[in-house]
Amino acid sequence: MTALADVVAFACLLTGAALCLTAGLGLVRFPDVLSRMHAGTKPQVLGVLLVMVGAAIRLDGWANAWMLLLVAAFQLLTAPVSAHLISRVAYRRRHVRRDLLLIDEFGPAGHQDPRYRGDEPGDAPPEEDGVLPQPS
Amino acid sequence: MTVVGFALYALIGGGALLALVRLALGPSLLDRVVATDTLLVIISAGLAVYAALERSPTVVPVLVVVSLLAFVGSVSVARYIGGMLLRSRTGDGRDLGLPLAAEVREEQS
Repeated sequence: MTALADVVAFACLLTGAALCLTAGLGLVRFPDVLSRMHAGTKPQVLGVLLVMVGAAIRLDGWANAWMLLLVAAFQLLTAPVSAHLISRVAYRRRHVRRDLLLIDEFGPAGHQDPRYRGDEPGDAPPEEDGVLPQPS
Repeated sequence: MTVVGFALYALIGGGALLALVRLALGPSLLDRVVATDTLLVIISAGLAVYAALERSPTVVPVLVVVSLLAFVGSVSVARYIGGMLLRSRTGDGRDLGLPLAAEVREEQS
């Protein structure tokens, strides 16, 4: 029984570690911020879940298992939030390779006004030199 | 078991080294944020692998701290870069706070 549990635990650990390596490879090889995020979020969810399952099998006791479950739940909750923020800033600062996009729903048709893009106070129309922006 | 342990540490160490390469190369600040986030996740995976191999639950509370630290760091840096849009003069927000390499890369595309 313990041998079978060890085999399952090491299979989970090896898969999670391989996902960590693929994240590093994707980070080095992919061309822009969004595709690098696509590579980097593989160990953030599936890799961490597999590693936590393997560690919870190996470590005895429910206290460790609950704490590892807490880590996995934190990852599942926080990974979409940080990915959303980073990708939004990346899109607005034009760090996206537009020629690699298949569908760009916020493309030129979505922004008729070239001066006002976005929904935050930081995206307000810029100050010209000596001229206040006129409300349109 | 030692072979499995060596393979695990080699995989995680390779991933961490490649994330460090992207962290050093850049070219933009957001690439470094993504690389740092991934690097912290790989570090927490390495700590969990250590705990599983040694059967020692000593580093398990550190895992919680590292996972929360990754979230807070990436979100705060992303908000900070978003706040840089406030003082941009050309209106497209790419004239402040960026390394020159990002602009060169953008011109190529």
